[in-house]
Amino acid sequence: MVYANPGDSGSKMTYKPKYENYIGGKWVAPVKGMYFENVSPVNGKVFTEIARSTAEDIELALDAAHAAKTEWGTTSPTARAAVLHAIADKMEQNIELLAVAETWDNGKPIRETMAADIPLAIDHFRYFAACIRTQEGTLSDHGGGTVAYHYHEPLGVVGQIIPWNFPILMAVWKLAPAIAAGNCVVIKPAEQTPASILVLMELLEGIVPPGVINVVNGFGIEAGKPLASNKRIAKIAFTGETTTGRLIAQYASENLIPVTLELGGKSPNLFFDDVFAKDDDFADKALEGFTLFAFNQGEVCTCPSRALIQEGIYDDFMSKAIARTEKITKGNPLDPTTMLGAQASNDQLEKIMSYMDIGLQEGAKILTGGNRLELGGDLSGGYYVEPTIFEGNNSMRIFQEEIFGPVVAVTKFTDRNHALEIANDTLYGLGAGLWTRDGQTAYKLVRAIQAGRVWTNCYHLYPAHAAFGGYKSSGIGRENHKMMLDHYQQTKNLLVSYDAKALGFY
Amino acid sequence: MIKKVISLPAADALIDKLKNIHGDLMFFQSGGCCDGSAPMCYVLGEFKISDNDVLLGEIAGCPFYIAHNQYEYWKHTQLIIDVVKGRGAGFSLEAPEGYRFLTRSKLFTDEALIALNIRSRN
Repeated sequence: MVYANPGDSGSKMTYKPKYENYIGGKWVAPVKGMYFENVSPVNGKVFTEIARSTAEDIELALDAAHAAKTEWGTTSPTARAAVLHAIADKMEQNIELLAVAETWDNGKPIRETMAADIPLAIDHFRYFAACIRTQEGTLSDHGGGTVAYHYHEPLGVVGQIIPWNFPILMAVWKLAPAIAAGNCVVIKPAEQTPASILVLMELLEGIVPPGVINVVNGFGIEAGKPLASNKRIAKIAFTGETTTGRLIAQYASENLIPVTLELGGKSPNLFFDDVFAKDDDFADKALEGFTLFAFNQGEVCTCPSRALIQEGIYDDFMSKAIARTEKITKGNPLDPTTMLGAQASNDQLEKIMSYMDIGLQEGAKILTGGNRLELGGDLSGGYYVEPTIFEGNNSMRIFQEEIFGPVVAVTKFTDRNHALEIANDTLYGLGAGLWTRDGQTAYKLVRAIQAGRVWTNCYHLYPAHAAFGGYKSSGIGRENHKMMLDHYQQTKNLLVSYDAKALGFY
Repeated sequence: MIKKVISLPAADALIDKLKNIHGDLMFFQSGGCCDGSAPMCYVLGEFKISDNDVLLGEIAGCPFYIAHNQYEYWKHTQLIIDVVKGRGAGFSLEAPEGYRFLTRSKLFTDEALIALNIRSRN
């Protein structure tokens, strides 16, 4: 069954014609009264208007967050965890509504929003409910009746700027730990995908106390900068590209506040000869692992966008990998059988096509794909690209830059050392994949690959409680794990003497 | 003279429009995820240039920089700054105008690489 377009009869949800900001538990019009049009990448048509906020709106949101921070920060972890569970329950009751909203805003297939984006977001709230409920401080005995106690305390009010590739899930990756830890948040969604999170906030009215989560939409320069550079935030978190990451770190240094950054990668996916030692389930799984470059149209920070194949199986592996890739079904993102949906925006589509051009100029060979997809009918204005496999070498720009499309660059390697050399020859170090039946090869390489996450005999799994974050230019900090609480908490040390006697110094 | 970065007329027109609104401008070539390969346009001085950044040249009178490590992977190509419809990226100034700058690229010839001292004659 194909899900109906939002607003059509039988649809699971309808977008409003216009959305204001969500501040202090209320819908608040932008101070300057400006809105911008929001386009669905599914058909390239405008479907709602969104607040085009400015510094004044950021200040209103910060007012609301500061007004709420003391009460929320002193609410017991038990009660905060209960709020996170209530959020998760409400999302679970509305999973199809949220999935359709997300698919319409971002362009990704409903198969993914139903199986990944929304279920993972739900689980994330439950995970951080458990983390905060079970978090303990420490104490240490320093002898002579002197004891050091360590308490966790919230930072207060934090700013978060999130990307457009997983609009709800990336928001939740940042919101869940922040509010679990007792902070109040001002969050700015990406201007390409500003709408679905507002549908989520509508659902959460009456569940999240006013001022704990404040959503302000707008353009980076007009709303993002006034948030990131604001003297009233205690921390800023950002997911996006390196230059904005540097700029945000620069603002943070001017305010002397901590910053966490997730800035992407160019993740290698390594396949050793022994993958094809047998024609079995594992060989099949490895081929699927290759094809995961097309997951989410390649718009994933950890897209396995460089496939490194050992020379002994190269020809056999690639012929099967091409066949597997060509079986990817493209079409209406609201059709549950669709595997590849729309790229998130027109500019993203243009960028991907510019890389097709540079890849060919550099002498890379297209093994399949390489073109814009015209799906016709109702989808004719949408932003679709064929899954594309390039063959080339690691010095080519298509091997060094995150194309953020369904494009993989393939090359071969001779042995372990060669594989490692290619894998680490990149500016980035967010993800990597490694496929082998040999545990020793796996262990040695996994430890030597400079990346924060090395999927071994799997790829693109994102369970909560597995740390996610980058080496090298891929960023600072770790998400998706209880250690994320450290990024949202202060440590208060109480150093107490239970001895009545003076030191004897004076 | 061979330039490492050039701009197309549509980009020049948008730069002129942005200069009228914001004053002098600068560009920095980004990398990484989401809008990673986009050139970012800022008010001159907004983005702190480090000793490790490389000045590629100027477009429409605006300095255009890239990080040194990214330059190493990009230096065999000429950057051609164009404009497409879209939402901009990050804190780049053109987003509210409904356009974004886009980096297209052209492979330098061997002669050009030698002239630019990127490759030696041998």
